[in-house]
Amino acid sequence: MTNPAAFWRVPRVSRRFIPVWQRNMLVWRRYLLERVLSNIVEPAITLVAFGYGLGTLLPQIDGVAYLPYLAGGTLCVSVMYSAKFESLWGAYSRMEVQHTWAAILNAPVAIDDILLGELAWAATKSVLTGAAMLLIVWALGLARTPLALFVLPLSFIAGLSFSAMALIVNARAKGWDTLSTYFTIVVTPMIFLGGVFFPLSRLPPWLQEISAFLPLTALVQLVRPLMLDRVPEGAAFRLALLLFYAFGCYFVAVGLSRRRLLR
Amino acid sequence: MAAANAAAAALSVHELRKTYGTVAAVDAVSFAVRAGECYALLGPNGAGKTSILRCCLGLTAYDSGAIDLLGYRIPAQARLARQRTGVVSQMDNLDPDFTVEENLVVYGRYFGIDRHTIGRRIPELLEFASLGQKVHARISELSGGMKRRLMLARALVNDPSLILMDEPTTGLDPQARHLIWERLKQLLSRGKTILLTTHFMDEAERLADRLAILDRGHKIAEGTPRELIREQIEPEVVEVFGEGAVEWARDRAPSLSSRVEIAGETAFCYVTDATAILRELEQRPGLRHLYRPANLEDVFLKLTGREMRAEW
Repeated sequence: MTNPAAFWRVPRVSRRFIPVWQRNMLVWRRYLLERVLSNIVEPAITLVAFGYGLGTLLPQIDGVAYLPYLAGGTLCVSVMYSAKFESLWGAYSRMEVQHTWAAILNAPVAIDDILLGELAWAATKSVLTGAAMLLIVWALGLARTPLALFVLPLSFIAGLSFSAMALIVNARAKGWDTLSTYFTIVVTPMIFLGGVFFPLSRLPPWLQEISAFLPLTALVQLVRPLMLDRVPEGAAFRLALLLFYAFGCYFVAVGLSRRRLLR
Repeated sequence: MAAANAAAAALSVHELRKTYGTVAAVDAVSFAVRAGECYALLGPNGAGKTSILRCCLGLTAYDSGAIDLLGYRIPAQARLARQRTGVVSQMDNLDPDFTVEENLVVYGRYFGIDRHTIGRRIPELLEFASLGQKVHARISELSGGMKRRLMLARALVNDPSLILMDEPTTGLDPQARHLIWERLKQLLSRGKTILLTTHFMDEAERLADRLAILDRGHKIAEGTPRELIREQIEPEVVEVFGEGAVEWARDRAPSLSSRVEIAGETAFCYVTDATAILRELEQRPGLRHLYRPANLEDVFLKLTGREMRAEW
């Protein structure tokens, strides 16, 4: 019965993931203003400072001025950050500090449902962040195209993959430091390898190959063209990659979380 | 088959064994909780009480044995079983971001109870928990006793027939403990079944219809509190302590009492008639003593040679 294989059974989910999502939503609504501000203000500053400050010094990139080029990348980083923060510090606090998950497990809800609820919630936050960023960009007179609205469903899918990766780290975390370390060695480098600030063609070829399989790269390569009123190239591969991260990492996160919590 | 079992026992645990690595946290433990009774698992920390509860809820896999909770096989049907069970865990896991009322609403949703239905039950639940004035209070504004009562109210959102409680009064002051005990008695009078773990003798004696004493994963005794005391030990105890108590207990006590246990600096002298030993102690002003009826702690001390209290 205690054989390790039991932890790796295929996740079985039920509709009970919805109340987990609702719980997180209710907390978020409570702190709406501060959460939104912290999610939005920083990327907005980045955009304005780099876009205007640095942008005026730079030539066009791929036929686009730097500010609209940067807008797509910055939006993607914000989408990633909101899912990561929620599924790292948020989830860890609910699991280890407030024991919220332990309380939920005493009800007829499985870990599989809790993680799916967390995943869905993080993806929801990614969408909310994506929407707020679109508004800012729109206010700056950029991305005024209906194609830009595809950013919202893409934010959701990307939110799932960013969150699922983070939930693996959460399930293995020994403390807050583990989360910071993951952020430093995985999340931050992804920004520089993801084509956020400069084109991927500037990277050495071996790094370009790694970059092509990163979820942030996939998101940036989908979002930036859409915001520039273009149809993205290789969209099917990039979508498949995001979904692969979402499902694959969810599967691993469920196994590791069962091993951690069902002892 | 399920219904027939449930009528006899709300919970039956058979030859349960749970190991962590090479250590057996629970070793061949069997007991049955009858519908409508309060059954206590009594033992020091590390006795395996919490592990048993987690196995019963299907929250951890066990090595061998069988568990039937309200007619459901555990762990295969644990989810169905949890739908009809209330749980008060030892640690406070209320949602600090929510008010008292929101905690109940949110928790009800995990059982599939919609806001409207739970809304109608909240006044009754808060009345029961004596938190009627605190509907909109934040969790941080509640005292330890209030939090524990809210945990109890929260465990009742699904109107469970069986309630599992892990150390329900640990960390509470005496007044708060009495209030919890009184509420648990109310639940029993409404026909609920309660399984609780505790390391407090008085709690087990006061609440439990029957109890099992656990030690290092083993069940070492079972019965009603009175039965256990009557069957296992002499009715009265004189505890002797102070300077020279241990020496005195070695030299003098055996001739004056039917049995002597020494734990730390205290000698426990078990007697059916304390007259002789009390007279002797009057001659020894350096020694202090406490004369009292025997209790479950004494049973534990006799069966294990250790004090339960010392292991906190």
